[in-house]
Amino acid sequence: MSNVIQSIFSTTFLFSVIRVATPLILASMGAVITSNAGITNIGIEGVMLVSALTGVFASAFGFGPWFGFFVAILTGVICSLAIGYVSMSLKADSVLTCIAFNTMAVGGTVYFMYAVVRDKGTTIALDSGKLPSIQIPVIENIPVLGDILSNHNVVSYLAFLMIGIVYLLLYKTPLGLRIRSAGKAPNALSSVGVSLIKTRYIALGISGILGGMAGAFMSMGYVTWFSKNMTAGRGFIALAADAMGNSTPVGAALSSLLFAAAEALSYSLQITTIPPELVQMLPYLVTIIGLAAYAARRTSLDKKKREQMAEEKG
Amino acid sequence: MKMKKGMTVEQFGAWFEVVRFALAVLIAFTISLIIMSFSTDAPFAAIGNLFVGPMTSVRRFSTVLETMIPLTFAGLAVNVMFKANQFNLSAEGAFFMGALVAAIIAIYMPGPPIIVIVVGMLAAGITGSLVCAIPGFLKIKWRCSEMVISLMLNYVMLYFGTYIFNQVARDPDSAYKASHTFREGVNLGNLIPRTRLHAGVFIVAAFVALTWFFMFKTKWGYKLRMTGSNINFARCAGIPVVSVIIGSQFLGGFIAGVGGSTEMLGMYSRFQWSSLPGYGFDGVILNILAKENPAYIPIAAFFVAYLRIGADYMYKQSDIASEIVAIIEGLVIVLVAATAFLSKYRHRMTTKVSRDLLEAGGAK
Repeated sequence: MSNVIQSIFSTTFLFSVIRVATPLILASMGAVITSNAGITNIGIEGVMLVSALTGVFASAFGFGPWFGFFVAILTGVICSLAIGYVSMSLKADSVLTCIAFNTMAVGGTVYFMYAVVRDKGTTIALDSGKLPSIQIPVIENIPVLGDILSNHNVVSYLAFLMIGIVYLLLYKTPLGLRIRSAGKAPNALSSVGVSLIKTRYIALGISGILGGMAGAFMSMGYVTWFSKNMTAGRGFIALAADAMGNSTPVGAALSSLLFAAAEALSYSLQITTIPPELVQMLPYLVTIIGLAAYAARRTSLDKKKREQMAEEKG
Repeated sequence: MKMKKGMTVEQFGAWFEVVRFALAVLIAFTISLIIMSFSTDAPFAAIGNLFVGPMTSVRRFSTVLETMIPLTFAGLAVNVMFKANQFNLSAEGAFFMGALVAAIIAIYMPGPPIIVIVVGMLAAGITGSLVCAIPGFLKIKWRCSEMVISLMLNYVMLYFGTYIFNQVARDPDSAYKASHTFREGVNLGNLIPRTRLHAGVFIVAAFVALTWFFMFKTKWGYKLRMTGSNINFARCAGIPVVSVIIGSQFLGGFIAGVGGSTEMLGMYSRFQWSSLPGYGFDGVILNILAKENPAYIPIAAFFVAYLRIGADYMYKQSDIASEIVAIIEGLVIVLVAATAFLSKYRHRMTTKVSRDLLEAGGAK
């Protein structure tokens, strides 16, 4: 047991939490934007997957990792807008659209991977490169803190930056106000002459940027290749983080970090005698318990509020 | 597009749905052809292989029917759960756990095989019920998103199931990850020699009939449909909506669990799944293709199974990854689910049909 405790409080553990949290934070910021606009976007899973593949291809056959990163973001935007087109302009149920899109993403990425590298498993044969890691001056020389915070992939820092940007966007800009009204009071938005559909398209586009970054990190930061269904439900976890964070950027980011800690813990516990399957189960179980606990608290708060209001009236 | 003279509006509606579906399939195939033309010089030959593949031998055609069985179960399970307006995607986990429980019983339970099979299937069904009830319960009790919970729950079931498998059923002498073999005679038989078609066909047929009967001919089915279409109205009408919703999740989970056990006892002689089978999402696709009517789910399952087996054949013959069917399936679903697709045409034609009827004095 002391082994486990030692590994949790080690700098490598905290370092890996940040690494594991990166795609979750990015994707959950995307989920925060769309759910504020009143869309449940489970398509973010597929968006990440497709972007991860196009990023690798663009990097290997184009102009290196940064070009791949750019193409991944572009792919994310296009995919998200396509989901928006089908669910809003063609009026298909949005959950179904996303499920259909995710199905297409899992199969389609394998199809294109096989068409290009003749392998249905990974693109490991391609030399697609990696986005650079960054040493932060000053901080890297501080003991402990430097080991945890420095030398991360550039996208990890970008992910933390995005928390702030999404916060500013949602709460300090006119666009953010529109996005939030699209979710909370769509009729009010229309009544002041702002197009609801246009606002939701913009929200989807932004979530596509974030999903694309998350995908690019998976295949050009976390590892340096694309593999079949490599997102493995991270988009869904991001959705859970959004729900648990009550669709606020900071809340969703903290939830993402919690899930990432559970996942990182599952890696470090694998050296102990605890059965690995149970450890792998941990992040998902923590998510369910977290969501249920959060929802239970919210329900009881609502109840109290209602009772209070009834008392005031009486 | 031609249409018959003297149609009623209802007939036109039905006819229109068929045309719309055909057009959706056509568009999906056209787009896939374009995609395929980038990776092969002979896309038409490839897609030809996809179409004729399942017909090239009795064995291949039988594979279509074998693939249909779990797909139909999945479609029915999702149909019942979604009818209550619950986007519960845990049929996936229920399928996995059902298969595992049936496998463990098939390995260890003594007694005549037929009893073992019946007990295995019932236990699988109950396991599935419990799995699918969790998101429903959390939704009713605390308004948790059943969709997010069920997505997480599937992974919990995968790892928890794998843990149970390793502890209880795994054969340490097997070179790959597999359980001990099932007891002698504990399987669903073989209907046609040299194929794997099993008695699960009859079980699934019974489930289709029962689900249809339940949904459209019983009081409970009526309550369920009413709760799903308008929960406030149902509540006002005195329907116990909470028990109806939880009950429908139990029932859907039961169907998924039995589906898992049928697949396991019909197609395998030992448990060897190491990932989620994917039937939960397939079920959603089938439910939409079948227009949310249990009676049409086998037809939709046949369509999807035919595509998948055809794609396997295409992969062997033309060296095009069979995963292209995922793109075809996705496009068909999207177009079928897109209510605005061809809606202008429908509106115009409905007006025209009504006007013709009025002019002919045939407005009954």
